[in-house]
Amino acid sequence: MPKHSRRLLRGIGLVCALALGATACGGSDDGGSSQKSVSEADIQAALEEGGTLTVWAWEPTLKQVAADFEKKHPGVKVDLVNAGTNADQYTALQNAISAKKGVPDIAQIEYYAMGQYALTEQLTDLKGFGAEKLSAKFSPGPWNGVKAGGDGVYALPMDSGPMALFYNKKVFDKYDIKVPTTWAEYLDAARDLHEADPKAYITADTGDAGFATSMLWQAGSRPYTVDGTKVRIDFSDQGAKRFTDTWQKLIDEKLLAPVTSWTDDWYKGLGDGTIATLATGAWMPANLASGVKDAAGDWRVAPLPQWTAGGGASAENGGSALALPELGKNEALAYAFVEYANAGEGVQTRLDNGAFPATTADLQSTKFQDTAFPYFGGQKANKIFAESAANVADDWSYLPYQVYANSIFNDTVGKAYVSDTTLTEGLKSWQEASVKYGAEQGFTVEK
Amino acid sequence: MTTLQPPAAAEPRPAPPPARREGRSWTGWGFLGPFVAVFALVFLAPIAYSVYLSLFRDQLIGGTTFVGLDNYGEALKDDRFWASLGRVSLFLAVQVPIMLGIALLVALALDSGRLYGRDFFRISIFLPYAVPAVVATLMWGFMYGTRFGLVGDVNSALGVSLPDPLSPDLVLASIGNIVTWEFVGYNMLIFYSALRVIPHSLYEAAQIDGAGQIRVITAIKLPAIRGALVIATIFSIIGSFQLFNEPSILQPLAPNAITTDYTPNYYTYSLSFNGQQHNYSATVAIVMGLITMVIAYVVQLRGMRKGV
Repeated sequence: MPKHSRRLLRGIGLVCALALGATACGGSDDGGSSQKSVSEADIQAALEEGGTLTVWAWEPTLKQVAADFEKKHPGVKVDLVNAGTNADQYTALQNAISAKKGVPDIAQIEYYAMGQYALTEQLTDLKGFGAEKLSAKFSPGPWNGVKAGGDGVYALPMDSGPMALFYNKKVFDKYDIKVPTTWAEYLDAARDLHEADPKAYITADTGDAGFATSMLWQAGSRPYTVDGTKVRIDFSDQGAKRFTDTWQKLIDEKLLAPVTSWTDDWYKGLGDGTIATLATGAWMPANLASGVKDAAGDWRVAPLPQWTAGGGASAENGGSALALPELGKNEALAYAFVEYANAGEGVQTRLDNGAFPATTADLQSTKFQDTAFPYFGGQKANKIFAESAANVADDWSYLPYQVYANSIFNDTVGKAYVSDTTLTEGLKSWQEASVKYGAEQGFTVEK
Repeated sequence: MTTLQPPAAAEPRPAPPPARREGRSWTGWGFLGPFVAVFALVFLAPIAYSVYLSLFRDQLIGGTTFVGLDNYGEALKDDRFWASLGRVSLFLAVQVPIMLGIALLVALALDSGRLYGRDFFRISIFLPYAVPAVVATLMWGFMYGTRFGLVGDVNSALGVSLPDPLSPDLVLASIGNIVTWEFVGYNMLIFYSALRVIPHSLYEAAQIDGAGQIRVITAIKLPAIRGALVIATIFSIIGSFQLFNEPSILQPLAPNAITTDYTPNYYTYSLSFNGQQHNYSATVAIVMGLITMVIAYVVQLRGMRKGV
């Protein structure tokens, strides 16, 4: 027996030693100085020298931008790779970074996910490239997003999602319902609509982290305070109460369609008038036009309802930026591309292809604002979006591990949608789970 | 005061085998080699790597540290893990008997020879097994839809309001229904092939003794296919504990009913891909693997022992 167990132990030791030898080199040193100094001349030199850039992005309008860039700088080849959309791409990127292999030169990262990469120094601080002087070019929400709660600039904003209320005018007209300007009116409209047609709902919601955080943002709640690796999570402020009070009524009175966003049911509901509004980001028009063709002409855009009558608060929903992973190569060249795409000529190319800009000049330009959307019956919807963009409060921050937090939203807050648990209780358990994870990941977390 | 004793005299060694003249023959390894290589690569290496991973903790802040068996201690008191294990155990206790019962009945019916269109029934019951689990789940997920799916159509056609199969109360049963649909045919085939090899002389003997159909089933057929029953049960236990495809594909349709820790496998997946907790994920997977092994082994021992 002892002999046997000794042999077993030795066996395990051997296996471990082998495994150690094979993989122990992973992880440990992810430091390195992230403040690099690259001058305008360096960037020009890199452009003349040329090279290949690998870009991980799912944003469709980048394709044309990349082609134009290659044409302008013949020595440069832009290798545009779709490594998955949002969370899938982040998994791939995180894996590549952990393995220190196959990391792209440029990666598309949404504002809510920026913190995780910025804080762990996996992104190059673009301050040393002179990115800071671009700050005036961008609207406050996205610019705040690329700073990710720190004092670096970890990416250049690509697009943004100032929120607005998309509503089905045909349905509103049919039942003679006024377009709500406050969330209180929204609640009334929800009741009137559902009473007039029991199959119709004001909106569909089965619990969506991105939507909930945007609503909290607009309501003045600031649940996340991030200071380096110190994090505070608290869903008990007045702003959160505003949101939960109203939304709880919508849930309790069964005024929300139990349909999950982006499912077939959802598209059908948007098309046949049983889902009458959507409070979401300004990137939505292209999705409506392609996904809900049947309802072309029925939909319109209105400013986001307010928490106080006459107010003008807005928030961002979605939107992403292009960042330079620390382990990427060709930094000067990569920066040249990112600047071209997000602050230079590329912006117009992307606008022409239906993207929503993060640059103030474009948001304010008459050409942009006067664009008539055939889908919205010729409405000049960009005026509303631009106004919303200007009204986004810039003191919001996401968690440095928001990707994880969002993934457990339905485990916690989701219960409020299907049981007696209230939204407030749901947010509390979301808070607890987020605190626990943060502590496990080495953050100093206060409640 | 201890005295150092010389090591006890070793037992007399057996005489060394006579030296071979031609050295060792490696022919056997030539046959075995490919298997051993593949086995080591796809079976042993991943397990060893998981064990290795489970001894570390990788944090966003602070990097990787060796933590010994800490992760195992954490897994043992992890409510989310035990809740998911409880869920698949309940699933196992209800779904497996139903599925195997139906499979057995169908196999006996096919074997009785009193069924018209036997081949047709056999194929059509087996057919769902040929549909990939992902496709089957998507299909059922669509049928379960209360707004635009089959359930919704029935509701509006008949003016009734059927309970929502994707609600938190019913979703486990709905998954059970999908799994039953998928695997009845597979188990039926195992039972049926076991029934086909029973020697006919036994039936003739029973007939001479005046045994009825029921008696033939209980005295001849069931004992004869016990081995097949035990195998099917073990496969089903392992399958239940590994439940992953069905809940993960239904999740977008029922995000609040199917949590990211719904089954142990789904939990390990979420830990790894949402939370980057590869180390803890590996730990949970190993613990779950051990639990599955123990239970399957106990069932096998008991199943084989009974009445032999």
